Amino acid sequence: MSGRVSVSLPKSAKRGEVIEIRTLASHVMETGFRRTQLGELVPRDIITQFVCTYNGVEVFRAELHPAVAANPLISFTTVATESGTLEFKWVGDNGYSVTESAQLSVS
Amino acid sequence: MISRRAFLLFFGTAPAFAQLPPNISAQRQAALRDAMRKVTGGAAVRTGKVSISIPPLIDNGNTVPISVTVDSPMTEKEHVKAIHIFTEKNPQPYVLSAQLGPRAGRAMVSTRARIADTGQVIAIAQLSDGSFWSDTVSVVVTLSACLEDGLI
Repeated sequence: MSGRVSVSLPKSAKRGEVIEIRTLASHVMETGFRRTQLGELVPRDIITQFVCTYNGVEVFRAELHPAVAANPLISFTTVATESGTLEFKWVGDNGYSVTESAQLSVS
Repeated sequence: MISRRAFLLFFGTAPAFAQLPPNISAQRQAALRDAMRKVTGGAAVRTGKVSISIPPLIDNGNTVPISVTVDSPMTEKEHVKAIHIFTEKNPQPYVLSAQLGPRAGRAMVSTRARIADTGQVIAIAQLSDGSFWSDTVSVVVTLSACLEDGLI
Protein backbone atom coordinates (compact mmCIF):
# COMPACT_ATOMS: atom_id res chain seq x y z
CA MET A 1 0.00 0.00 0.00
CA SER A 2 1.30 3.43 -0.77
CA GLY A 3 0.14 6.93 -0.12
CA ARG A 4 0.94 10.49 -0.94
CA VAL A 5 3.42 12.32 1.23
CA SER A 6 4.92 15.73 1.09
CA VAL A 7 7.99 17.24 2.67
CA SER A 8 8.90 20.87 2.85
CA LEU A 9 12.34 22.18 3.70
CA PRO A 10 14.59 24.90 2.29
CA LYS A 11 16.55 24.00 -0.89
CA SER A 12 19.74 25.53 0.45
CA ALA A 13 21.16 26.60 3.77
CA LYS A 14 24.33 27.95 5.33
CA ARG A 15 26.56 25.48 7.12
CA GLY A 16 25.51 25.16 10.74
CA GLU A 17 22.11 26.73 10.16
CA VAL A 18 19.13 25.09 11.86
CA ILE A 19 16.47 24.27 9.27
CA GLU A 20 12.88 23.34 9.92
CA ILE A 21 11.41 20.35 8.11
CA ARG A 22 7.65 19.83 7.80
CA THR A 23 6.34 16.49 6.67
CA LEU A 24 2.81 15.50 5.82
CA ALA A 25 1.51 12.03 4.94
CA SER A 26 -1.91 11.38 3.47
CA HIS A 27 -3.38 8.71 5.75
CA VAL A 28 -6.71 8.11 7.53
CA MET A 29 -5.08 7.18 10.87
CA GLU A 30 -8.07 4.99 11.77
CA THR A 31 -7.92 4.75 15.56
CA GLY A 32 -9.40 1.30 16.11
CA PHE A 33 -11.81 2.78 18.65
CA ARG A 34 -14.59 3.79 16.26
CA ARG A 35 -17.59 1.65 15.45
CA THR A 36 -19.68 1.29 12.32
CA GLN A 37 -23.46 1.83 12.44
CA LEU A 38 -23.81 -1.91 13.02
CA GLY A 39 -21.64 -1.64 16.12
CA GLU A 40 -18.58 -3.40 14.74
CA LEU A 41 -15.19 -1.96 15.61
CA VAL A 42 -13.37 -0.45 12.65
CA PRO A 43 -9.93 -2.10 12.71
CA ARG A 44 -6.93 0.06 13.52
CA ASP A 45 -4.98 1.38 10.54
CA ILE A 46 -2.34 3.94 11.46
CA ILE A 47 1.19 5.02 10.67
CA THR A 48 3.35 3.80 13.55
CA GLN A 49 6.88 4.94 12.71
CA PHE A 50 8.55 7.88 11.03
CA VAL A 51 12.30 8.14 10.44
CA CYS A 52 14.41 10.87 8.87
CA THR A 53 17.99 10.16 7.78
CA TYR A 54 20.49 12.77 6.60
CA ASN A 55 23.12 11.29 4.25
CA GLY A 56 22.41 7.89 5.80
CA VAL A 57 22.61 9.05 9.43
CA GLU A 58 19.41 8.98 11.45
CA VAL A 59 18.62 12.46 12.78
CA PHE A 60 14.99 12.14 13.86
CA ARG A 61 12.59 9.33 14.65
CA ALA A 62 9.01 9.37 15.91
CA GLU A 63 6.58 6.78 17.13
CA LEU A 64 2.97 7.57 16.29
CA HIS A 65 -0.15 6.44 18.12
CA PRO A 66 -3.88 6.55 17.28
CA ALA A 67 -4.10 9.98 18.94
CA VAL A 68 -2.20 11.56 16.06
CA ALA A 69 -4.70 13.26 13.75
CA ALA A 70 -5.50 12.03 10.25
CA ASN A 71 -2.94 13.07 7.61
CA PRO A 72 -0.21 13.24 10.22
CA LEU A 73 1.96 16.32 10.23
CA ILE A 74 5.35 16.07 11.86
CA SER A 75 7.60 19.05 12.05
CA PHE A 76 11.13 19.10 13.45
CA THR A 77 14.52 20.71 12.97
CA THR A 78 17.99 19.66 11.93
CA VAL A 79 21.39 21.29 11.54
CA ALA A 80 22.52 21.74 7.92
CA THR A 81 25.91 20.03 8.14
CA GLU A 82 26.72 19.16 4.52
CA SER A 83 25.10 19.01 1.10
CA GLY A 84 23.25 15.82 0.49
CA THR A 85 20.05 13.85 0.63
CA LEU A 86 17.48 13.68 3.36
CA GLU A 87 15.39 10.55 3.34
CA PHE A 88 12.02 10.21 5.03
CA LYS A 89 10.28 6.95 5.74
CA TRP A 90 6.80 6.27 7.10
CA VAL A 91 5.82 2.75 8.20
CA GLY A 92 2.41 1.65 9.39
CA ASP A 93 -0.25 -1.01 9.80
CA ASN A 94 -1.28 -3.28 6.90
CA GLY A 95 2.12 -3.05 5.27
CA TYR A 96 2.05 0.71 4.78
CA SER A 97 5.50 1.94 3.81
CA VAL A 98 6.36 5.12 1.94
CA THR A 99 9.69 6.82 1.39
CA GLU A 100 10.47 10.28 0.12
CA SER A 101 13.74 12.12 -0.34
CA ALA A 102 14.83 15.72 -0.70
CA GLN A 103 18.08 17.44 -1.66
CA LEU A 104 19.70 20.08 0.48
CA SER A 105 22.66 22.13 -0.68
CA VAL A 106 24.81 23.59 2.07
CA SER A 107 27.19 26.46 1.42
CA MET B 1 -34.77 -12.14 61.48
CA ILE B 2 -34.11 -9.72 58.63
CA SER B 3 -36.76 -7.08 58.18
CA ARG B 4 -38.53 -6.60 54.89
CA ARG B 5 -37.13 -3.07 54.63
CA ALA B 6 -33.52 -4.18 55.15
CA PHE B 7 -33.99 -7.04 52.70
CA LEU B 8 -35.25 -4.72 49.98
CA LEU B 9 -32.61 -2.12 50.69
CA PHE B 10 -29.86 -4.66 50.33
CA PHE B 11 -31.03 -6.90 47.52
CA GLY B 12 -33.01 -4.23 45.72
CA THR B 13 -30.05 -1.88 45.31
CA ALA B 14 -27.21 -4.35 44.82
CA PRO B 15 -27.98 -5.09 41.14
CA ALA B 16 -28.12 -1.36 40.44
CA PHE B 17 -24.59 -0.95 41.77
CA ALA B 18 -23.41 -4.01 39.86
CA GLN B 19 -24.56 -2.43 36.60
CA LEU B 20 -22.66 0.81 37.11
CA PRO B 21 -20.02 1.22 34.40
CA PRO B 22 -16.44 0.82 35.56
CA ASN B 23 -14.86 4.11 36.51
CA ILE B 24 -13.41 5.08 33.14
CA SER B 25 -11.87 8.27 34.43
CA ALA B 26 -9.86 6.40 37.07
CA GLN B 27 -8.84 3.76 34.52
CA ARG B 28 -7.48 6.44 32.21
CA GLN B 29 -5.60 8.12 35.04
CA ALA B 30 -3.99 4.77 35.82
CA ALA B 31 -3.16 4.18 32.15
CA LEU B 32 -1.55 7.62 31.97
CA ARG B 33 0.55 6.96 35.07
CA ASP B 34 1.64 3.60 33.65
CA ALA B 35 2.57 5.15 30.32
CA MET B 36 4.60 7.86 32.03
CA ARG B 37 6.34 5.33 34.25
CA LYS B 38 7.24 3.27 31.16
CA VAL B 39 8.96 6.31 29.67
CA THR B 40 10.78 7.42 32.79
CA GLY B 41 11.49 4.02 34.32
CA GLY B 42 10.35 5.39 37.66
CA ALA B 43 12.80 8.32 37.66
CA ALA B 44 11.66 11.64 39.08
CA VAL B 45 10.10 14.06 36.61
CA ARG B 46 10.70 17.74 37.32
CA THR B 47 8.58 20.60 36.09
CA GLY B 48 10.29 23.10 33.83
CA LYS B 49 12.45 23.44 30.70
CA VAL B 50 9.67 21.96 28.56
CA SER B 51 6.97 24.14 27.08
CA ILE B 52 3.84 23.03 25.25
CA SER B 53 2.21 25.34 22.78
CA ILE B 54 -1.43 24.40 22.22
CA PRO B 55 -4.63 26.43 21.87
CA PRO B 56 -6.28 26.55 25.34
CA LEU B 57 -9.77 26.37 23.84
CA ILE B 58 -10.20 23.70 21.17
CA ASP B 59 -13.23 23.84 18.87
CA ASN B 60 -12.45 20.60 17.09
CA GLY B 61 -10.65 17.85 18.98
CA ASN B 62 -9.89 15.96 15.76
CA THR B 63 -6.96 18.12 14.73
CA VAL B 64 -5.25 20.04 17.48
CA PRO B 65 -1.89 21.62 16.67
CA ILE B 66 0.64 20.83 19.41
CA SER B 67 4.19 22.09 19.52
CA VAL B 68 6.68 21.13 22.20
CA THR B 69 9.97 22.92 22.72
CA VAL B 70 12.64 22.18 25.31
CA ASP B 71 15.17 24.65 26.66
CA SER B 72 18.47 22.95 25.79
CA PRO B 73 21.70 23.97 24.02
CA MET B 74 21.50 20.75 21.95
CA THR B 75 25.23 20.08 22.04
CA GLU B 76 26.93 16.70 22.02
CA LYS B 77 27.32 16.91 25.81
CA GLU B 78 23.95 18.33 26.67
CA HIS B 79 20.92 17.60 24.53
CA VAL B 80 17.38 16.29 24.53
CA LYS B 81 17.14 12.61 23.69
CA ALA B 82 13.38 12.21 23.51
CA ILE B 83 10.13 14.11 23.75
CA HIS B 84 6.94 12.26 24.66
CA ILE B 85 3.44 13.71 24.40
CA PHE B 86 0.50 12.34 26.41
CA THR B 87 -3.14 13.21 26.90
CA GLU B 88 -5.23 12.55 29.96
CA LYS B 89 -8.64 11.65 28.55
CA ASN B 90 -7.97 9.65 25.38
CA PRO B 91 -8.59 5.87 25.37
CA GLN B 92 -4.80 5.52 25.16
CA PRO B 93 -2.57 8.13 26.77
CA TYR B 94 0.13 8.09 24.08
CA VAL B 95 0.18 10.65 21.27
CA LEU B 96 3.69 10.84 19.89
CA SER B 97 7.21 9.95 20.98
CA ALA B 98 10.09 11.64 19.20
CA GLN B 99 13.75 10.59 19.39
CA LEU B 100 16.19 13.35 18.61
CA GLY B 101 19.78 14.28 19.28
CA PRO B 102 22.39 17.01 18.98
CA ARG B 103 21.88 17.08 15.19
CA ALA B 104 18.39 18.49 15.66
CA GLY B 105 19.89 21.90 16.47
CA ARG B 106 16.79 22.91 18.40
CA ALA B 107 14.72 20.73 20.68
CA MET B 108 11.39 21.11 18.96
CA VAL B 109 8.69 18.85 17.60
CA SER B 110 5.21 19.69 16.44
CA THR B 111 2.29 17.64 15.22
CA ARG B 112 -1.49 17.55 15.15
CA ALA B 113 -3.31 15.42 17.69
CA ARG B 114 -6.75 14.08 18.46
CA ILE B 115 -7.97 15.04 21.91
CA ALA B 116 -11.05 13.29 23.22
CA ASP B 117 -12.10 15.56 26.04
CA THR B 118 -11.35 18.52 28.25
CA GLY B 119 -8.32 17.62 30.33
CA GLN B 120 -4.57 17.79 30.52
CA VAL B 121 -1.90 17.49 27.87
CA ILE B 122 1.50 16.46 29.18
CA ALA B 123 4.93 16.53 27.55
CA ILE B 124 7.97 14.79 29.05
CA ALA B 125 11.50 15.36 27.79
CA GLN B 126 14.41 13.03 28.46
CA LEU B 127 17.76 14.81 28.59
CA SER B 128 21.17 13.35 27.80
CA ASP B 129 22.13 13.50 31.50
CA GLY B 130 19.25 11.14 32.28
CA SER B 131 16.94 13.68 33.89
CA PHE B 132 13.28 14.07 32.96
CA TRP B 133 11.42 17.35 32.67
CA SER B 134 7.77 17.99 31.96
CA ASP B 135 5.09 20.54 31.24
CA THR B 136 1.36 20.16 31.71
CA VAL B 137 -1.33 22.25 30.03
CA SER B 138 -5.07 22.11 30.62
CA VAL B 139 -7.21 22.42 27.52
CA VAL B 140 -10.95 22.78 27.00
CA VAL B 141 -12.42 20.74 24.14
CA THR B 142 -15.86 21.69 22.80
CA LEU B 143 -16.14 19.13 19.99
CA SER B 144 -14.49 15.89 21.00
CA ALA B 145 -12.55 13.65 18.62
CA CYS B 146 -14.91 10.95 17.24
CA LEU B 147 -15.62 8.63 20.08
CA GLU B 148 -19.06 7.30 20.70
CA ASP B 149 -18.54 5.09 23.70
CA GLY B 150 -17.77 5.86 27.26
CA LEU B 151 -16.47 9.31 27.92
CA ILE B 152 -17.13 9.85 31.58
